[in-house]
This record gives sequence, structure tokens and C-alpha cells, in this order.
Amino acid sequence: MTVKLYLPCDAAALAVGADDTAHAIATEAQARGIEIQLVRNGSRGLLWLEPLVEVETAQGRIAYGPVAAEDVASLFDAGFLEGAAHRLGHGATEDIPYFKRQQRLTFARVGLDDPLDLDAYRAHGGYAGLDNALLMEPGAIVQCVTDAGLRGRGGAAFPTGIKWRTVLEAPSAPRVPSTSDRASDRASDDAKYVVCNADEGDSGTFSDRMLMEGDPYTLIEGMTIAGIATGATRGYIYLRSEYPHAHRTLQAAIATAYANRYLGDDIRGSGLRFDLEVRLGAGAYICGEETSLLESLEGKRGQVRFKPPLPALQGLFGKPTVINNVITLASVPVILARGADYYKDFGMGRSRGTLPIQLAGNIKHGGLVELAFGVSLRELLYDFGGGSLSGRPIRAVQVGGPLGAYLPESQFDTPLDYEAYGEIKGMLGHGGIVVFDDRVDMAQQARYAMEFCAVESCGKCTPCRIGSTRGVEVIDRLIAGEQPVKQEALLRDLCETLTYGSLCALGGLTPFPVLSALNHFPEDFSKAAPVPATA
Amino acid sequence: MKSERRVIPIKLERPSSLTESQRVQVMAVCEQLQTMPGALLPILHGIQDALGFVPKDAVPLIAQALNLSRAEVHGVLSFYHGFRQQAPGRQVVQLCRAEACQAVGARELEAHAKQRLGIDFHQTTADGALTLEPVYCLGNCALGPSLMIGESLRGRVTPQRFDQLMQQARLMGAQP
Repeated sequence: MTVKLYLPCDAAALAVGADDTAHAIATEAQARGIEIQLVRNGSRGLLWLEPLVEVETAQGRIAYGPVAAEDVASLFDAGFLEGAAHRLGHGATEDIPYFKRQQRLTFARVGLDDPLDLDAYRAHGGYAGLDNALLMEPGAIVQCVTDAGLRGRGGAAFPTGIKWRTVLEAPSAPRVPSTSDRASDRASDDAKYVVCNADEGDSGTFSDRMLMEGDPYTLIEGMTIAGIATGATRGYIYLRSEYPHAHRTLQAAIATAYANRYLGDDIRGSGLRFDLEVRLGAGAYICGEETSLLESLEGKRGQVRFKPPLPALQGLFGKPTVINNVITLASVPVILARGADYYKDFGMGRSRGTLPIQLAGNIKHGGLVELAFGVSLRELLYDFGGGSLSGRPIRAVQVGGPLGAYLPESQFDTPLDYEAYGEIKGMLGHGGIVVFDDRVDMAQQARYAMEFCAVESCGKCTPCRIGSTRGVEVIDRLIAGEQPVKQEALLRDLCETLTYGSLCALGGLTPFPVLSALNHFPEDFSKAAPVPATA
Repeated sequence: MKSERRVIPIKLERPSSLTESQRVQVMAVCEQLQTMPGALLPILHGIQDALGFVPKDAVPLIAQALNLSRAEVHGVLSFYHGFRQQAPGRQVVQLCRAEACQAVGARELEAHAKQRLGIDFHQTTADGALTLEPVYCLGNCALGPSLMIGESLRGRVTPQRFDQLMQQARLMGAQP
């Protein structure tokens, strides 16, 4: 009898040697004359256990990890193909507490099977949302997404249904013609667009990548539903170039979807059209900002646009455009498949549904944790994360990427909720949580935040372009102890200018990490002995 | 649509430094992609994939193909960190500088890498084997510090592991 094994092809698993492990398993099985079927699945998200090997047994899928190539022979010796005990064994995957305690809606299928196997996708409930959507009026689909309370998962948390409604009701002919008269820039006959923001640039976030690599059809299905709901017939996935694995997976999945009439001019015989392609970014963090992303897709410098006009009315090539993050679009199929109420029943306050949280940095059990809104940071850090990787006390946690605040332990009980984080002058962003132990120098982290802003600024507005460079200089003087009181006042003043004078979130939110470091960890800024003013 | 295109001929002011093979490859990429909406980024990627970088003398050819000014093409080319205007070494090593990797030793790894290779970011080792570039997140934030060699992602990179990986990368790059 052929034994079925699973071993992820996710980039994080490959980064710690999954291909070597796969090769060792195949070689060892052949040497022993055992017939196996090795399925390369997406990652279950228990990243500290990667490469995670799962064996299908009568008792379910049994997990072993992290399995290095040199562990393989001993696993065969122990009888892991029958699910036998081994020092790397963790029992049934779905009973591992880290996994069992999650509420997987958007990530329900990630890690179950070969990401490109369309039959497996259908067998696990895929395309049920599209099947339902094809029987509904566009307005009813938009209403369903609105009723579910879905908000943009990219960071801004704007209600998705309202955005879609605006695009649905926008006249299909542009009110103002595109400023460009160049043939290569001009839009084709398509009147509206769906754009997926897959420019996941925040440090500490990898949920978009895991979903695109582990369950690409979910994103394709979500975008197709968005197209049907708003009357858009062409979609673009703007993917960051740092994700070559996701690029290959998406390209292959789109080709298969076309071949099976899930994309193209007659989706599942409905007569409806939706075309989809992937476009690569080129290493510009700012292109995660939606208007800058649209400029980039048009073949220009990724500079931020003024709003209004909203992209929903004049977006890509001047046409009405739905632009949503990967996780937002990938949450749509489950809403259409199981209904708005099912999704809305998860969460708290105005934050409905689930958030795929990413535990990263100096954390023992790093990985993906999808949970309803409302969980506290403390639960995530200690119950799920198991404390720091180094075993030292956790001193600071940055939530929401490079523009998110650094939180001290006194704020670890804040519930993960968009509004609650707004109140403590932080943000949930894309749900990335980066953990630092007590060796972190928070003055250096504040300096890095300004440096990052200087490197990544698009240059359009002065506070961000120049203020970030001045910010690095002021922090350097502050750290060196040159007139520290004056420097701190200057830094706070500069942060106010950035907050209120920047066009987009890059300049506007860079003060979050800077000021939170300064407010919560002032001792790190005053290590140097004060230097008397020289002049 | 095509009949309306205004083509303004652009005269090359100086002899191009492109080899014949490079010129042919640049033209092939332009011809293949120029009718796409928003074709400039795909074309720049296509050229970089083919040649390893976008030579400055490719700019007038791209400008002509897309009916853009050279300044506009240069503006886009120089805006994005991901496009190189100089030929890289045989392998490009992208080292993550972002916070999640910093939390597990990326600052130390960066110092080690620069010292061991004897180069700073955006530079190539004297033997032409390796180019070191900074990158702000590779999406491997739970298993840092991370780096990418070509398109191969590596996690949990200690200084010792870095040295091994660089040795392998030099061998890989040396193969024809």
C-alpha cells in the first residue's frame, strides 16, 4: 500500500531545507523498497516545526518536525510511516494546540494539499463561494460582503463592501479621461478593474505570501467574485518581486484556472468574463500604498497620488478600480460560501471576522495564527508563541509592520482590534507581530524607522522626503548626548510635522515607532553622558 | 489603437555600448511586451532577467519602443530599488535588514557579511562572484535572519552558515 506523506513547498519551509528533506525521504523509501506518495503542500503555519512532515494514517495526519535530511533514516527506523512515536513526533497535526486553538476561515485550506491541485481545492470546499455568487445579482454580492463586516486587511481597515459599492455604482465610462494619451498606457476596452495588493512589504508579515503559495485559487476566486460583484472584467495581482516562489505558484494556478474556465470569457458557462494577470513590483516599499501601486502598474514611478479622486472612481488608467489586499480578497470566498452571518459572528466591536496574525522575530513558536479579533498580545506571545526564541524576557513588540508602534509589556493586554490599537496610538496593520528580547536597543530601532522612511520615501512630499533624513540626524545627536533636551523637543516637533504634513501613511505613521520607542523606553536614548554644547 | 500611435524618432547621440547580443535581447523584450498596458515595468524586468541588469544604453531603445522620453524611462528605472543599472556579480545575495530579522541578529549578520566579503551593500566582490544587496523583508520573518541567493531563500542564517552558503554560491556561480 502506498503511504501518503506531506511536506511543504512553502518558501519558509524551503528556506530551512524542505527540498533536502524531500530528497532524503524519496531516496530512503526507494532504498527500503517502500512505495510512498510525497505531496508538496502549503505550510500549516507552524513555522518553527518546518520542515514539517505529515504522514497520512488511519488516525489522521501525524506530524513530525523539524525534520532535517539527516533525521530521515531514524524516522523510517522508528516506523513513522505508521505514525509511530519519535523524538520529532507531535501526534496528529490538527491536535497540536497551536493549530487546534485557531479559527481558520481564510486559511482553512492552506497546508491541506498540493496548492495547484484544482480538484483538491474543490474537494475542500473551494469555488463554493463563486458558485453561489454566479447565482446572485452584483448588488446582492456586495451586500453580502458589507453585511459580513469585512474590512481591508492590508492595514487601513476600510470597509470592503463600501469600496465595492462605490465601484459597482461608478459609471463605467471614466468621468475624466486618463491624462495619458500614450497607446502603451491606455486602458483596453475594460471599463473597471480589480487590483490585488500583494506588495506585502511590512517586516513581520508573511500571510499574503503563505496564502498565495499555499492556496492560490482562493485569491483567484476572491478576485473573480469581486469582478462579478462590481462589473470589472480584468484583474491584476501586483506582487512584490521579493516573492519568486509565490510568483511561480500564481502563474501556474492562473493557467490552470483558465484551462478549466474559472477565468476567461465565459466563467463556468455563465457568459461572464474575468481576466487575471500577475505583475511584479521592483523592490519599492511605497508601492504597497494603493495609489502608488496603481502608478506603478501603469508603468510609472511609484509616487503617491492625491486623494480624491478615490481609486474606486478613478483608479487604474483612470477607471473605477477595486483595490484590496490579498487577505481581504481571499476572505471573500468563505463569506460567499457560508454567508455573511457566519463570518460576522467571529470578532469584536467593529472588527468582524478573523485576522491571520503572524508571529515573527525573536519568538520561540513563530508562525501563522488565524483568530477572531479580540485576542490579547499576551496570549499570542506566551500561549501561542511560547515566549522569546532566546529564552530571555520579551522587552518590546512591534505590531503592524515598520510603521507600527513598539509596545512595552504594560500594553500586552490590549485586545487585537482596530479601534483598541488606534486608542493606544498604534495600529494592527497587516497583523504582523515582531518580538524583541531585552537586548534590543530601542534608540537604534527608532533610528532605523527614520532610516527606513528615508530609503523608501517616494519623494513626493517634503515632510517624508526630508524629514526622515533630518530625523536620523536628530536621533544620532540625541543618542550621542548632544543637548538632549533640545534634540528631543526637535524630534517631537519633527514627528508632528510628519504626522500632519505627509501625504500618505509612510511619512504619516513613521512617528509611531519613533515616538513609542521614545515614550516607552526613554532610558535607551540617554545612555551617553551629556556632551556640552560646543558653540 | 495602433494606427493612432505618434512615434517621435529619437536619434542616438553617441555610439551605444551595448553588444550586438544585448541589443538584440533588449529589442526582443520590447517587441514582445510593448503593447501591454503599463508595459514599462514588465519590460525592465524582462531586460534584467535576460541581461542581469538594465544597461543605460538600453534606455533610448525602451523609450523609443514605448514612445516615452528617455528621462521618463530613466526616472522609472532609477526609482525602483529592484532594478540594477550595473552588471552584478555571478550571484546576487540579498540580505534582509528589516525588523523581524534584526530581532534575531540581522545587524550582526550584516556586519559579518560585509567584513567577510570585503564589500559594502550594492558592491561586488573583487573576483566578480557575489553582489551584496540589502532587502527590506523576504517574508520569512519567523525563521530569520534571512537572505536570498538568486531566487533561493535561506532562513536561520548564522555567521557560520553564511560562510558556508557563500562558499556554495561561489561554486554555483563558477559553473558554466
